[in-house]
Amino acid sequence: MATQQELSEIRQHSGVGFVETKLVTLFASPQYLKLSGGGELGPIQVAYETYGELTPAKDNAIYICHALTGDAHAAGYYADDDEKAKPGWWDDLIGPGKTLDTDKYFVICANVLGGCQGTTGPGSINPQTNQPYRLGFPVITVGDIIEVHSALTTHLGIDQLLAVIGGSLGGMQVLEWAARFPDQLRGAICLASAAQLSAQGIAFNAVGRRAIKTDPEYKSGEYEPGAGPRYGLALARMIAHITYLSDQSIEMKFGRRLQDHDSFSYDSLPEVEFEVESYLHYQGKRFVERFDANSYLYLTRAMDYFDLAEQYGSVVNALKKTDARFLIASYDSDWLFTTTQSKELVRALIECGKHVSFIELKSPFGHDSFLIEIEQLQKMITPFLEQAYQSCLLESVQKS
Amino acid sequence: MRAQRRYCMQDPSLEMTDRLLLEQIQHGSRVLDLGCGDGRLLARLREERSASVLGMEIDITQHHAAIGRGVPVIQADLDEGLQDIPDGAFDYVVLSQTLQQVLHPKQLLEEMVRVAKQALVVVPNFGNWRIRLQVLKQGRAPVTEVLPYEWYNTPNLHLMSMHDFQDLMRLLGIEILREIPIINHRAIEHAWLANLRAQHVLYDLRRQEEPAENPHHENVVQREHESPQFGTS
Repeated sequence: MATQQELSEIRQHSGVGFVETKLVTLFASPQYLKLSGGGELGPIQVAYETYGELTPAKDNAIYICHALTGDAHAAGYYADDDEKAKPGWWDDLIGPGKTLDTDKYFVICANVLGGCQGTTGPGSINPQTNQPYRLGFPVITVGDIIEVHSALTTHLGIDQLLAVIGGSLGGMQVLEWAARFPDQLRGAICLASAAQLSAQGIAFNAVGRRAIKTDPEYKSGEYEPGAGPRYGLALARMIAHITYLSDQSIEMKFGRRLQDHDSFSYDSLPEVEFEVESYLHYQGKRFVERFDANSYLYLTRAMDYFDLAEQYGSVVNALKKTDARFLIASYDSDWLFTTTQSKELVRALIECGKHVSFIELKSPFGHDSFLIEIEQLQKMITPFLEQAYQSCLLESVQKS
Repeated sequence: MRAQRRYCMQDPSLEMTDRLLLEQIQHGSRVLDLGCGDGRLLARLREERSASVLGMEIDITQHHAAIGRGVPVIQADLDEGLQDIPDGAFDYVVLSQTLQQVLHPKQLLEEMVRVAKQALVVVPNFGNWRIRLQVLKQGRAPVTEVLPYEWYNTPNLHLMSMHDFQDLMRLLGIEILREIPIINHRAIEHAWLANLRAQHVLYDLRRQEEPAENPHHENVVQREHESPQFGTS
């Protein structure tokens, strides 16, 4: 076994090495963010991480949009991580020689507006009242999230991103970015996502929100920091987690195996009899430790509201202004964001004559595949980024 | 191997068909290549013809190779049709050495003239005299040079001659703008006894103009103006 110090050294010298989450305050008075749903919000603190170096031409930046409950910590370890700590959530994809090659690209990932991992959200202190916003936090949309991402990009001195990449709610952000700031990106990589959340997706979100709000500890959102609707939030996560898996992956991982027993106990008291039950309870419990219930309500609602066609008249209208190259991928076992939904996007992009590539990837892991099947992503994203970067360099040579 | 004793139909070299197809395509066109492989032809069309291009390919390795050339490519099975492609989205649609392999060639041809103004199709001519002779002498099904399959595992599901193809075009109301027989790796337009001599044929096809109910010139001009550009970035 490696000692703590040895482990720390290994971590420091592999992948992106030690990283830190930076904080920046944007939309300070009087430049408050004008929200899609009306009203203003500011100042907004943004938590973000960067990996790699920005070139002097500032042409190699890639922005990662995380999914519903993700955070800015996409790669590497913190220097003070204990030995059990896991690296950032997309660590296998980011680093020297990896797909998002930090020897070549400057990679940015920020916690979303409304989140609870450093960026201003319902759990943050409202400077006007010195109390947490809680339900006083305004309703936000994916559009508002992009306004903040875009402001961070500008703050970092970047006019145009080489690419924006994201899966699920992150993919929705990619699309919204292309619609809202069409000149700000050269490449758009949209994984396991869609131009709108399906009615089924809204239905599952509704059950999750109901679980939170009916927990007595929810107290109409006025729970104290550190307290809150633990059971409701855990239940919301358990339900959502099922939608991220597939019948095949659950079967593979757990089957009908029993937890701690060889045969049924015929006892109605213990809640955990099957392995899959134990797993879901564990997922719920772990989630409560890191996520704020109010944030969950706001972000799932932002996801429900997202609808490019509704917002811009049609998907074609939304995406026709950008010259970005698109790479769209779906997963055959994903039943939350289906291939049919990705194909609707592709059809719209073809209709408005965009550079678009599409693939339905094969994986048993359902919606979560984009976090698991790294090799598949590598094979398709690496050449896509190389080509996007080459065309960018070629253009700047032609201009000069 | 029995297959080796029989006459093998020569497949024209890719280089030769690529060049021939390239020659048919106007500068600045929008081109869709069905079964584009690694995007080789489309990359050339983009460079040499300033075409805006899109490929369709079922094989994932080829798909990634096309992305590696910067060619936009949609993973799709031609047997499922072209439902993701809007009407008239392209100037040309190309289908090379593939029509005989799809499950529903008639439907695919109809789809092709729906999505593009012109369709360029390269097909083998099973009316070639050597095949006729072989069937007559040996009483055995034909095989091809590059893909020496037996009848039970050949991807060539539909064997047609030039005459057969022409009949189908009449049936579908598709106009043959040009017919270029390929004989011994050479394209020979207006070849003598083409249906006997050609190993392959390039067809340039267009949907026959339906009698327009109310031709409106301004509309046409407007649509031309708005026609999208593919993959020029």
